[in-house]
Amino acid sequence: MSHYYEEKDLERFQEVGQNRPDLFDNFMNYYQGVMAAGALTVREKALIALAVAHTVQCPYCIDAYTRASLENGSNLEEMTEAVHVAAAIRGGAALVHGVQMRNVAAKISM
Amino acid sequence: MVPFARQLESLGYPDLRAVEVSTLQVNLGWRCNQACKHCHLQAGPERPEQMAIPTMQEVLRVAATCCIPVVDLTGGAPELNPHFEYLVAQLRGLGVHVRSRSNLTVLLEPGKEHLFEFFRQHRVELICSLPYYQEEMVDRVRGPGAFQKSLEALRRLNRLGFGQEGSDLELHLMYNPGGAFFPPMQKPLEDLFRRELAQRHGIRFHRLYTLLNMPIGRFQDYLQRSSNYDSYMGKLLASFNPATVPGLMCRSLISVAWDGRLFDCDFHQALNLPLLPGLPQTIGEFDPEILATRPIRLEEHCYGCTAGSGSSCGGRIVSGEP
Repeated sequence: MSHYYEEKDLERFQEVGQNRPDLFDNFMNYYQGVMAAGALTVREKALIALAVAHTVQCPYCIDAYTRASLENGSNLEEMTEAVHVAAAIRGGAALVHGVQMRNVAAKISM
Repeated sequence: MVPFARQLESLGYPDLRAVEVSTLQVNLGWRCNQACKHCHLQAGPERPEQMAIPTMQEVLRVAATCCIPVVDLTGGAPELNPHFEYLVAQLRGLGVHVRSRSNLTVLLEPGKEHLFEFFRQHRVELICSLPYYQEEMVDRVRGPGAFQKSLEALRRLNRLGFGQEGSDLELHLMYNPGGAFFPPMQKPLEDLFRRELAQRHGIRFHRLYTLLNMPIGRFQDYLQRSSNYDSYMGKLLASFNPATVPGLMCRSLISVAWDGRLFDCDFHQALNLPLLPGLPQTIGEFDPEILATRPIRLEEHCYGCTAGSGSSCGGRIVSGEP
Protein backbone atom coordinates (compact mmCIF):
# COMPACT_ATOMS: atom_id res chain seq x y z
CA MET A 1 0.00 0.00 0.00
CA SER A 2 1.69 3.18 -1.21
CA HIS A 3 -1.07 5.50 0.03
CA TYR A 4 -3.77 5.24 2.68
CA TYR A 5 -6.27 6.41 0.04
CA GLU A 6 -6.21 4.48 -3.26
CA GLU A 7 -8.63 5.65 -5.99
CA LYS A 8 -9.60 2.09 -6.88
CA ASP A 9 -10.53 1.29 -3.28
CA LEU A 10 -13.82 3.11 -3.79
CA GLU A 11 -14.89 0.25 -6.07
CA ARG A 12 -14.25 -2.17 -3.17
CA PHE A 13 -16.78 -0.53 -0.88
CA GLN A 14 -18.95 -3.69 -0.99
CA GLU A 15 -16.17 -5.63 0.78
CA VAL A 16 -16.99 -3.74 3.97
CA GLY A 17 -20.23 -5.73 4.06
CA GLN A 18 -18.53 -9.13 4.15
CA ASN A 19 -18.62 -9.83 7.86
CA ARG A 20 -21.94 -8.22 8.78
CA PRO A 21 -23.91 -8.12 5.51
CA ASP A 22 -27.11 -7.42 7.44
CA LEU A 23 -25.73 -4.16 8.81
CA PHE A 24 -24.24 -3.21 5.47
CA ASP A 25 -27.49 -3.93 3.64
CA ASN A 26 -29.40 -1.85 6.16
CA PHE A 27 -26.99 1.00 5.61
CA MET A 28 -27.16 0.72 1.81
CA ASN A 29 -30.96 0.64 1.80
CA TYR A 30 -31.02 3.70 3.99
CA TYR A 31 -28.34 5.42 1.89
CA GLN A 32 -30.16 4.76 -1.38
CA GLY A 33 -33.43 5.91 0.11
CA VAL A 34 -31.86 9.13 1.34
CA MET A 35 -30.22 9.93 -2.00
CA ALA A 36 -33.30 9.19 -4.14
CA ALA A 37 -35.49 12.04 -5.36
CA GLY A 38 -37.92 13.28 -2.73
CA ALA A 39 -38.79 16.80 -1.66
CA LEU A 40 -35.26 17.59 -2.87
CA THR A 41 -34.08 16.57 -6.33
CA VAL A 42 -31.23 14.11 -6.88
CA ARG A 43 -29.22 17.04 -8.24
CA GLU A 44 -29.75 19.09 -5.06
CA LYS A 45 -28.87 16.12 -2.86
CA ALA A 46 -25.66 15.52 -4.80
CA LEU A 47 -24.64 19.15 -4.21
CA ILE A 48 -25.35 18.80 -0.45
CA ALA A 49 -23.34 15.56 -0.43
CA LEU A 50 -20.49 17.32 -2.23
CA ALA A 51 -20.42 20.04 0.43
CA VAL A 52 -20.52 17.50 3.26
CA ALA A 53 -17.78 15.49 1.55
CA HIS A 54 -15.54 18.53 1.89
CA THR A 55 -16.35 19.03 5.56
CA VAL A 56 -15.58 15.39 6.35
CA GLN A 57 -12.64 15.62 3.91
CA CYS A 58 -13.29 12.22 2.40
CA PRO A 59 -11.46 11.81 -0.94
CA TYR A 60 -13.78 8.97 -1.98
CA CYS A 61 -16.85 11.11 -1.35
CA ILE A 62 -15.35 14.15 -3.11
CA ASP A 63 -14.58 11.97 -6.16
CA ALA A 64 -18.01 10.32 -6.12
CA TYR A 65 -20.04 13.50 -5.62
CA THR A 66 -18.04 15.62 -8.05
CA ARG A 67 -18.98 13.03 -10.68
CA ALA A 68 -22.54 12.75 -9.36
CA SER A 69 -22.99 16.52 -9.45
CA LEU A 70 -21.79 16.72 -13.07
CA GLU A 71 -23.87 13.68 -14.00
CA ASN A 72 -26.94 15.39 -12.59
CA GLY A 73 -26.45 18.55 -14.62
CA SER A 74 -24.69 20.80 -12.09
CA ASN A 75 -21.87 23.08 -13.15
CA LEU A 76 -18.60 24.19 -11.59
CA GLU A 77 -20.09 27.49 -10.44
CA GLU A 78 -22.76 25.69 -8.42
CA MET A 79 -20.30 23.10 -7.12
CA THR A 80 -17.84 25.79 -6.04
CA GLU A 81 -20.63 27.61 -4.20
CA ALA A 82 -21.49 24.35 -2.43
CA VAL A 83 -17.87 24.01 -1.25
CA HIS A 84 -17.95 27.61 -0.06
CA VAL A 85 -21.09 26.87 1.95
CA ALA A 86 -19.21 24.01 3.60
CA ALA A 87 -16.22 26.27 4.24
CA ALA A 88 -18.41 29.08 5.61
CA ILE A 89 -20.18 26.79 8.06
CA ARG A 90 -16.92 25.19 9.15
CA GLY A 91 -15.27 28.59 9.53
CA GLY A 92 -18.30 30.04 11.25
CA ALA A 93 -18.44 27.09 13.61
CA ALA A 94 -14.84 27.72 14.64
CA LEU A 95 -15.39 31.41 15.02
CA VAL A 96 -18.59 31.16 17.06
CA HIS A 97 -16.66 29.10 19.58
CA GLY A 98 -14.80 32.30 20.25
CA VAL A 99 -17.72 33.02 22.58
CA GLN A 100 -16.66 29.97 24.62
CA MET A 101 -13.15 31.35 24.67
CA ARG A 102 -14.44 34.66 25.89
CA ASN A 103 -16.62 32.98 28.54
CA VAL A 104 -13.68 31.01 29.91
CA ALA A 105 -11.35 33.98 29.79
CA ALA A 106 -13.93 36.10 31.60
CA LYS A 107 -14.43 33.46 34.26
CA ILE A 108 -10.79 33.17 35.15
CA SER A 109 -9.80 36.76 34.73
CA MET A 110 -9.92 39.46 37.38
CA MET B 1 -13.94 -6.57 -20.47
CA VAL B 2 -16.71 -9.04 -21.32
CA PRO B 3 -17.21 -8.89 -25.13
CA PHE B 4 -20.50 -7.16 -25.93
CA ALA B 5 -21.67 -10.07 -28.10
CA ARG B 6 -21.15 -12.50 -25.21
CA GLN B 7 -22.96 -10.17 -22.82
CA LEU B 8 -26.00 -10.21 -25.14
CA GLU B 9 -25.74 -13.95 -25.68
CA SER B 10 -26.08 -14.46 -21.95
CA LEU B 11 -29.37 -12.54 -22.16
CA GLY B 12 -30.71 -14.74 -24.93
CA TYR B 13 -29.60 -12.71 -27.94
CA PRO B 14 -27.17 -15.03 -29.77
CA ASP B 15 -27.43 -12.66 -32.74
CA LEU B 16 -29.06 -9.33 -32.10
CA ARG B 17 -31.37 -8.58 -35.01
CA ALA B 18 -33.18 -5.59 -36.38
CA VAL B 19 -36.96 -5.59 -36.03
CA GLU B 20 -37.74 -2.99 -38.71
CA VAL B 21 -36.23 -0.16 -40.73
CA SER B 22 -38.36 2.84 -39.79
CA THR B 23 -35.57 5.43 -40.00
CA LEU B 24 -32.98 6.02 -42.66
CA GLN B 25 -30.20 8.04 -41.05
CA VAL B 26 -28.33 9.72 -43.86
CA ASN B 27 -24.90 11.20 -43.22
CA LEU B 28 -24.45 13.97 -45.79
CA GLY B 29 -20.74 14.41 -45.15
CA TRP B 30 -18.10 14.85 -42.52
CA ARG B 31 -17.45 18.51 -43.22
CA CYS B 32 -18.41 20.79 -40.34
CA ASN B 33 -17.81 24.43 -39.44
CA GLN B 34 -16.91 23.22 -35.93
CA ALA B 35 -14.41 20.67 -34.64
CA CYS B 36 -15.97 19.59 -31.33
CA LYS B 37 -13.78 17.80 -28.82
CA HIS B 38 -16.16 14.86 -28.47
CA CYS B 39 -16.95 14.26 -32.18
CA HIS B 40 -16.94 10.55 -32.99
CA LEU B 41 -16.49 11.29 -36.72
CA GLN B 42 -13.65 13.76 -36.17
CA ALA B 43 -15.60 16.13 -38.40
CA GLY B 44 -14.25 19.58 -39.20
CA PRO B 45 -13.85 22.31 -41.82
CA GLU B 46 -11.15 20.44 -43.74
CA ARG B 47 -12.99 17.14 -44.19
CA PRO B 48 -13.62 16.45 -47.91
CA GLU B 49 -16.34 13.77 -47.56
CA GLN B 50 -19.66 14.92 -49.09
CA MET B 51 -22.64 12.98 -50.41
CA ALA B 52 -23.12 13.55 -54.17
CA ILE B 53 -26.39 13.88 -56.12
CA PRO B 54 -26.43 10.28 -57.51
CA THR B 55 -26.23 8.88 -53.98
CA MET B 56 -29.00 11.23 -52.86
CA GLN B 57 -31.12 9.97 -55.73
CA GLU B 58 -30.65 6.43 -54.43
CA VAL B 59 -31.76 7.64 -51.00
CA LEU B 60 -34.86 9.18 -52.60
CA ARG B 61 -35.58 5.96 -54.48
CA VAL B 62 -35.38 3.92 -51.27
CA ALA B 63 -37.48 6.43 -49.32
CA ALA B 64 -40.14 6.34 -52.05
CA THR B 65 -40.26 2.60 -52.72
CA CYS B 66 -39.55 1.11 -49.30
CA CYS B 67 -42.10 3.15 -47.29
CA ILE B 68 -39.58 4.46 -44.80
CA PRO B 69 -41.42 7.08 -42.75
CA VAL B 70 -38.47 9.05 -41.34
CA VAL B 71 -35.23 10.27 -42.89
CA ASP B 72 -32.78 11.61 -40.32
CA LEU B 73 -30.11 13.90 -41.79
CA THR B 74 -26.79 14.18 -40.02
CA GLY B 75 -23.11 14.95 -40.64
CA GLY B 76 -20.69 16.76 -40.00
CA ALA B 77 -22.96 19.68 -40.50
CA PRO B 78 -25.50 18.35 -43.04
CA GLU B 79 -26.33 21.93 -44.08
CA LEU B 80 -22.82 22.29 -45.56
CA ASN B 81 -23.59 19.75 -48.25
CA PRO B 82 -24.25 21.87 -51.37
CA HIS B 83 -27.26 19.67 -52.25
CA PHE B 84 -28.85 19.73 -48.78
CA GLU B 85 -31.87 21.80 -49.83
CA TYR B 86 -32.44 19.60 -52.90
CA LEU B 87 -32.59 16.44 -50.80
CA VAL B 88 -34.87 17.94 -48.14
CA ALA B 89 -37.30 19.36 -50.70
CA GLN B 90 -37.46 16.08 -52.62
CA LEU B 91 -38.01 14.04 -49.46
CA ARG B 92 -40.77 16.34 -48.28
CA GLY B 93 -42.34 16.07 -51.71
CA LEU B 94 -42.52 12.33 -51.15
CA GLY B 95 -44.30 12.91 -47.85
CA VAL B 96 -41.36 11.70 -45.79
CA HIS B 97 -40.84 13.15 -42.30
CA VAL B 98 -37.45 14.88 -42.37
CA ARG B 99 -35.44 15.24 -39.20
CA SER B 100 -32.24 17.25 -39.46
CA ARG B 101 -29.47 17.53 -36.90
CA SER B 102 -27.91 20.95 -36.59
CA ASN B 103 -25.03 22.37 -34.62
CA LEU B 104 -26.91 25.74 -34.80
CA THR B 105 -23.80 27.85 -35.49
CA VAL B 106 -23.72 26.71 -39.13
CA LEU B 107 -27.02 28.53 -39.70
CA LEU B 108 -25.19 31.84 -39.21
CA GLU B 109 -22.43 31.00 -41.70
CA PRO B 110 -22.35 33.18 -44.85
CA GLY B 111 -24.85 31.92 -47.40
CA LYS B 112 -26.74 29.73 -44.94
CA GLU B 113 -29.09 32.18 -43.23
CA HIS B 114 -31.91 31.38 -45.66
CA LEU B 115 -32.12 27.95 -44.00
CA PHE B 116 -34.17 29.31 -41.07
CA GLU B 117 -37.07 30.06 -43.43
CA PHE B 118 -36.34 26.94 -45.50
CA PHE B 119 -36.77 24.75 -42.40
CA ARG B 120 -40.07 26.45 -41.59
CA GLN B 121 -41.34 26.16 -45.15
CA HIS B 122 -40.56 22.43 -45.32
CA ARG B 123 -41.64 21.63 -41.73
CA VAL B 124 -38.28 20.03 -40.92
CA GLU B 125 -37.93 18.60 -37.41
CA LEU B 126 -34.74 20.05 -35.90
CA ILE B 127 -32.52 18.38 -33.33
CA CYS B 128 -29.96 20.95 -32.28
CA SER B 129 -26.80 20.37 -30.27
CA LEU B 130 -26.51 22.40 -27.09
CA PRO B 131 -24.39 20.67 -24.44
CA TYR B 132 -25.21 23.15 -21.66
CA TYR B 133 -27.01 26.37 -20.86
CA GLN B 134 -23.84 28.24 -19.90
CA GLU B 135 -21.27 29.80 -22.20
CA GLU B 136 -18.06 28.54 -20.60
CA MET B 137 -18.88 24.86 -20.93
CA VAL B 138 -20.31 25.10 -24.46
CA ASP B 139 -17.36 27.08 -25.80
CA ARG B 140 -14.87 24.74 -24.10
CA VAL B 141 -16.31 21.75 -26.02
CA ARG B 142 -17.45 23.38 -29.27
CA GLY B 143 -15.04 26.30 -29.72
CA PRO B 144 -14.96 30.01 -28.82
CA GLY B 145 -18.15 31.89 -29.65
CA ALA B 146 -20.23 28.75 -30.21
CA PHE B 147 -22.61 29.48 -27.33
CA GLN B 148 -23.57 33.02 -28.35
CA LYS B 149 -24.05 31.94 -31.97
CA SER B 150 -26.19 29.01 -30.83
CA LEU B 151 -28.38 31.35 -28.79
CA GLU B 152 -28.81 33.67 -31.76
CA ALA B 153 -29.82 30.75 -33.99
CA LEU B 154 -32.29 29.50 -31.36
CA ARG B 155 -33.81 32.98 -31.00
CA ARG B 156 -34.37 33.16 -34.76
CA LEU B 157 -35.93 29.70 -34.81
CA ASN B 158 -38.18 30.65 -31.89
CA ARG B 159 -39.29 33.79 -33.74
CA LEU B 160 -40.36 31.60 -36.68
CA GLY B 161 -42.40 29.43 -34.34
CA PHE B 162 -39.96 26.56 -33.78
CA GLY B 163 -39.97 25.22 -30.23
CA GLN B 164 -43.00 27.25 -29.13
CA GLU B 165 -45.64 25.62 -27.00
CA GLY B 166 -48.34 24.08 -29.18
CA SER B 167 -46.34 24.63 -32.39
CA ASP B 168 -45.84 21.74 -34.80
CA LEU B 169 -42.48 23.22 -35.83
CA GLU B 170 -40.43 20.81 -33.78
CA LEU B 171 -37.25 22.05 -32.10
CA HIS B 172 -35.45 19.67 -29.80
CA LEU B 173 -32.09 20.00 -28.06
CA MET B 174 -29.37 17.40 -27.78
CA TYR B 175 -27.16 17.32 -24.67
CA ASN B 176 -23.89 15.48 -24.36
CA PRO B 177 -21.55 15.58 -21.35
CA GLY B 178 -18.57 17.93 -21.36
CA GLY B 179 -16.13 15.30 -20.16
CA ALA B 180 -15.55 11.75 -19.01
CA PHE B 181 -18.83 11.37 -17.20
CA PHE B 182 -22.31 10.10 -18.04
CA PRO B 183 -25.29 12.25 -18.99
CA PRO B 184 -27.86 13.17 -16.34
CA MET B 185 -31.32 11.64 -16.26
CA GLN B 186 -33.12 13.13 -19.23
CA LYS B 187 -36.31 14.55 -17.70
CA PRO B 188 -34.74 16.45 -14.76
CA LEU B 189 -32.13 17.87 -17.14
CA GLU B 190 -34.83 18.89 -19.61
CA ASP B 191 -36.63 20.73 -16.77
CA LEU B 192 -33.37 22.44 -15.77
CA PHE B 193 -32.58 23.51 -19.37
CA ARG B 194 -36.14 24.72 -19.91
CA ARG B 195 -36.05 26.88 -16.79
CA GLU B 196 -32.53 28.26 -17.31
CA LEU B 197 -32.80 28.94 -21.05
CA ALA B 198 -36.18 30.65 -20.57
CA GLN B 199 -35.09 32.76 -17.59
CA ARG B 200 -31.63 33.70 -18.86
CA HIS B 201 -32.26 34.00 -22.60
CA GLY B 202 -36.01 33.73 -23.28
CA ILE B 203 -35.45 30.60 -25.38
CA ARG B 204 -38.03 27.86 -25.84
CA PHE B 205 -37.69 24.29 -27.07
CA HIS B 206 -39.82 21.15 -27.12
CA ARG B 207 -37.75 18.22 -25.84
CA LEU B 208 -34.21 17.68 -24.63
CA TYR B 209 -32.42 14.44 -25.48
CA THR B 210 -29.33 13.17 -23.69
CA LEU B 211 -26.57 11.37 -25.54
CA LEU B 212 -23.66 9.57 -23.94
CA ASN B 213 -20.24 10.33 -25.45
CA MET B 214 -19.17 7.26 -27.39
CA PRO B 215 -15.58 6.17 -26.60
CA ILE B 216 -14.40 6.49 -30.20
CA GLY B 217 -12.97 9.26 -32.40
CA ARG B 218 -11.86 12.49 -30.74
CA PHE B 219 -13.55 11.56 -27.48
CA GLN B 220 -11.51 8.36 -27.30
CA ASP B 221 -8.35 10.40 -27.90
CA TYR B 222 -9.35 12.69 -25.04
CA LEU B 223 -10.08 9.72 -22.74
CA GLN B 224 -6.68 8.24 -23.46
CA ARG B 225 -4.77 11.53 -23.14
CA SER B 226 -6.45 12.26 -19.81
CA SER B 227 -6.00 8.69 -18.46
CA ASN B 228 -9.78 8.29 -18.20
CA TYR B 229 -10.22 5.56 -20.81
CA ASP B 230 -10.04 2.51 -18.54
CA SER B 231 -12.33 3.93 -15.89
CA TYR B 232 -14.83 5.16 -18.53
CA MET B 233 -14.96 1.77 -20.23
CA GLY B 234 -15.21 0.06 -16.83
CA LYS B 235 -18.16 2.26 -15.93
CA LEU B 236 -19.86 1.53 -19.27
CA LEU B 237 -19.57 -2.18 -18.60
CA ALA B 238 -20.67 -1.90 -14.97
CA SER B 239 -23.69 0.17 -16.04
CA PHE B 240 -24.89 -2.34 -18.66
CA ASN B 241 -28.70 -2.35 -18.49
CA PRO B 242 -30.42 -5.32 -20.17
CA ALA B 243 -33.68 -3.34 -20.35
CA THR B 244 -32.13 -1.11 -23.03
CA VAL B 245 -31.54 -3.95 -25.51
CA PRO B 246 -35.05 -4.15 -27.02
CA GLY B 247 -34.97 -0.41 -27.80
CA LEU B 248 -31.47 -0.11 -29.27
CA MET B 249 -31.63 2.27 -32.24
CA CYS B 250 -29.78 -0.12 -34.56
CA ARG B 251 -32.86 -2.39 -34.41
CA SER B 252 -35.00 0.16 -36.26
CA LEU B 253 -32.48 2.34 -38.10
CA ILE B 254 -30.00 2.06 -40.95
CA SER B 255 -27.13 4.48 -41.35
CA VAL B 256 -26.22 5.58 -44.89
CA ALA B 257 -22.74 7.02 -45.28
CA TRP B 258 -21.83 9.96 -47.53
CA ASP B 259 -20.60 7.46 -50.16
CA GLY B 260 -23.76 5.34 -50.01
CA ARG B 261 -22.40 2.49 -47.90
CA LEU B 262 -24.70 1.03 -45.24
CA PHE B 263 -23.95 0.71 -41.52
CA ASP B 264 -25.86 -0.35 -38.40
CA CYS B 265 -25.29 3.11 -36.89
CA ASP B 266 -23.31 6.33 -37.29
CA PHE B 267 -20.76 5.08 -34.73
CA HIS B 268 -20.01 1.97 -36.78
CA GLN B 269 -19.73 4.27 -39.79
CA ALA B 270 -17.13 6.37 -37.98
CA LEU B 271 -15.04 3.23 -37.43
CA ASN B 272 -15.63 1.89 -40.97
CA LEU B 273 -17.44 -1.22 -39.67
CA PRO B 274 -20.01 -1.97 -42.40
CA LEU B 275 -23.03 -4.27 -42.21
CA LEU B 276 -22.14 -7.93 -41.69
CA PRO B 277 -20.92 -9.85 -44.78
CA GLY B 278 -23.67 -11.24 -46.97
CA LEU B 279 -26.00 -8.29 -46.36
CA PRO B 280 -26.62 -5.44 -48.82
CA GLN B 281 -23.67 -3.08 -48.48
CA THR B 282 -24.80 0.05 -50.34
CA ILE B 283 -27.95 2.15 -50.71
CA GLY B 284 -28.12 0.91 -54.31
CA GLU B 285 -28.47 -2.67 -53.01
CA PHE B 286 -31.06 -1.70 -50.36
CA ASP B 287 -33.44 -4.60 -49.71
CA PRO B 288 -36.03 -3.69 -47.06
CA GLU B 289 -37.03 -7.27 -46.24
CA ILE B 290 -33.49 -8.48 -45.67
CA LEU B 291 -32.41 -5.36 -43.78
CA ALA B 292 -35.48 -5.26 -41.51
CA THR B 293 -34.45 -8.52 -39.85
CA ARG B 294 -30.69 -8.36 -40.37
CA PRO B 295 -28.23 -9.51 -37.73
CA ILE B 296 -26.43 -6.52 -36.23
CA ARG B 297 -22.70 -6.12 -35.96
CA LEU B 298 -21.68 -6.01 -32.29
CA GLU B 299 -18.61 -4.14 -31.10
CA GLU B 300 -17.16 -3.03 -27.75
CA HIS B 301 -18.39 0.56 -28.13
CA CYS B 302 -21.97 -0.84 -28.22
CA TYR B 303 -21.73 -0.69 -24.42
CA GLY B 304 -22.17 3.06 -24.92
CA CYS B 305 -25.79 2.49 -25.99
CA THR B 306 -26.69 0.09 -23.15
CA ALA B 307 -25.30 1.96 -20.11
CA GLY B 308 -27.75 3.24 -17.50
CA SER B 309 -30.90 4.51 -19.17
CA GLY B 310 -29.38 3.69 -22.55
CA SER B 311 -28.36 6.15 -25.24
CA SER B 312 -29.44 6.76 -28.81
CA CYS B 313 -29.83 9.51 -31.37
CA GLY B 314 -33.33 9.89 -29.88
CA GLY B 315 -32.02 10.24 -26.34
CA ARG B 316 -32.39 7.78 -23.49
CA ILE B 317 -33.89 4.35 -24.25
CA VAL B 318 -35.60 3.50 -20.93
CA SER B 319 -36.97 5.79 -18.28
CA GLY B 320 -35.16 4.45 -15.22
CA GLU B 321 -31.69 3.39 -14.16
CA PRO B 322 -31.04 -0.38 -13.81
